[in-house]
Amino acid sequence: MSDGDIPATRTEIPIEVVGSRQGMFGGRGTGDTSGFGGLVSPIVLPGPSSRPYGGWFDEVADELEGALEEQGLDPADAILKTVVDRAELTFHVRREHLLQVARTLRDDPALRFELCLGVSGVHYPSDAGRELHAVYHLRSITHTRLIRVEVTAPDADPRIPSVVSVYPTNDWHEREAYDFFGIVFDGHPGLTRIMMPDDWLGHPQRKDYPLGGIPVEYKGAQIPAPDQRRSYT
Amino acid sequence: MTTHYEEAGTRETTEGRVFTVTGGDWGEVVEAVAKADDERIIVNMGPQHPSTHGVLRLILEIDGETVTEARCGIGYLHTGIEKNMEFRNWVQGTTFVTRMDYLTPLFNETAYCLAVEKLLGITDQIPDRATVIRVLMMELNRISSHLVCLATGGMEIGSTTLMIYGFRDRELILDIFELVTGLRMNHAYVRPGGLAQDLPPGAVDQIREAVKLFRSRMHEYDKLATGNPVFKARLVDVGFLDLAGCLALGATGPILRATGLPNDLRKSDPYCGYENYDFEVAIADTADSYGRFLIRLEEMRQSLRIVEQCLDRLRPGPVMVADKKIAWPAQLAVGPDGMGNSLDHIRQIMGTSMESLIHHFKLVTEGFRVPVGQAYAAVESPKGELGVHVVSDGGTRPYRVHFRDPSFTNLQSMAAMCEGGQVADVIVAVAGIDPVMGGVDR
Repeated sequence: MSDGDIPATRTEIPIEVVGSRQGMFGGRGTGDTSGFGGLVSPIVLPGPSSRPYGGWFDEVADELEGALEEQGLDPADAILKTVVDRAELTFHVRREHLLQVARTLRDDPALRFELCLGVSGVHYPSDAGRELHAVYHLRSITHTRLIRVEVTAPDADPRIPSVVSVYPTNDWHEREAYDFFGIVFDGHPGLTRIMMPDDWLGHPQRKDYPLGGIPVEYKGAQIPAPDQRRSYT
Repeated sequence: MTTHYEEAGTRETTEGRVFTVTGGDWGEVVEAVAKADDERIIVNMGPQHPSTHGVLRLILEIDGETVTEARCGIGYLHTGIEKNMEFRNWVQGTTFVTRMDYLTPLFNETAYCLAVEKLLGITDQIPDRATVIRVLMMELNRISSHLVCLATGGMEIGSTTLMIYGFRDRELILDIFELVTGLRMNHAYVRPGGLAQDLPPGAVDQIREAVKLFRSRMHEYDKLATGNPVFKARLVDVGFLDLAGCLALGATGPILRATGLPNDLRKSDPYCGYENYDFEVAIADTADSYGRFLIRLEEMRQSLRIVEQCLDRLRPGPVMVADKKIAWPAQLAVGPDGMGNSLDHIRQIMGTSMESLIHHFKLVTEGFRVPVGQAYAAVESPKGELGVHVVSDGGTRPYRVHFRDPSFTNLQSMAAMCEGGQVADVIVAVAGIDPVMGGVDR
């Protein structure tokens, strides 16, 4: 075999594993004798994309990186990765720089993301060191664009700076994410529970918080609570 | 009477004396407050109050008749829908989201299904007929939601006629919903991949009749309210919120459009083929409750136009995506006893095809798997931008579903609208926001 036949080394694409799945058929505890029961496959979120991103995505990414550089912030330091998936653009931002990135996204004339559509928390217990994700959607009415900004925090230190000073609309949204996920938004004017009672213990939408429920008797048979029922993943 | 109030109506707390007003005893409270050395009064309006649109609690600090500070207490209708959805399969999700904002069920369902379809990558494969019927149902739903807003808003300021007219006309639309989906609310009619079932025979004619009848009645709202000096006196310049305030607080929908910005996702970020329909975005330049009222009135007219265009566009065809790995195996049929599986399908799986039976069983018990990733889909609901953030871990159940409900976000602007105004104007301002607590609390 000549040297020319050897394919070029594939560039290593870092993958984001957020969990794993066991078996092949989604069932649990049913005595799968097929031999596939021991199969373990990782759950991998879409990884970083490479340029060009396509459409206006490149323009937004260029403008954002340029604007951050003008402010003396290394874009590679603030933006951990840029993901294009299902025609949506996501910037993964280091939490220390979230406020500056948000302000830039709102104020830069070429970006102008005037409207923040709140924050949605997601809990990935298996994503070690980045268990809690806060996902922001920003809409630009001027340019009719929509982007997503994602920030992570470890369970051990669930702190993310509050963007209420930039987007006041996130006041209630951050309270909701705190209430349900326990993400502490530093700098929020009044971070209290919003849905659950003030003296509630725990944060209900975390994956380690059980759904609860009681079995229901129906025509003599017991129907278990939803989280106890047989299920397929 | 006085002794009764002394015993049952007051309670000494660490934060001062607390009065429980049950109606008709305001005089005694005023008398007691006049004697007190502290003039600061905090009124708790709700969560059980006829004019707070369900279980909304308003905490008002008042000075005489002026509201000096206003806050909302929400969460009384929190039912954990988002958490519950993580324990059901993707199709069952529609039966949950339809109960969020119960006045706009078809918007919730469509937004959720658009997000799931985006994750599945089948957005382009949704049959035209399904998309047209989705638009048709959403626009009818827009009218019914706006009618409830006008009706309850009217009732709260004493116009019971407006209430009766609004609910009377809403029945026209609920009858259509019942005919098409089998239910007046909580439809679960829109499903990932298409619709639960096709329009039943006679539906198109009934919708045409209803549109005609409703259009002939539209002028009654103008006659009753639009130029009515009493109505205007209550609404004009009340609940003011300008463009900068709207964008800062994230207010969308009629509140934002009342500032003169024609922001409508149906135009700016079209979904379900809205770019192909001929309609106008209603705006006003007053930024007050009266402007919002006019916008809702005009949007109902525009919705009627879209409904008629939908009816003209309906072509025979499937209403569910062709991919049998996603499509619900059976088309439901409305029988004389309500909804059920179509008899043809039962005959096929029970009598002739073992493969179909297995397939039916797998899809119904397990559901389909959705590739890993996240997606955001938004629709212009009657209240504003209804966004859905859906995350999948590749399983048969959603990993996370989050609804950005417009009522929740818009309600934040209550304080900005009400502080400095009169107590009576709080009612008008909240009615102009049109919050539905099912959507706010989820």
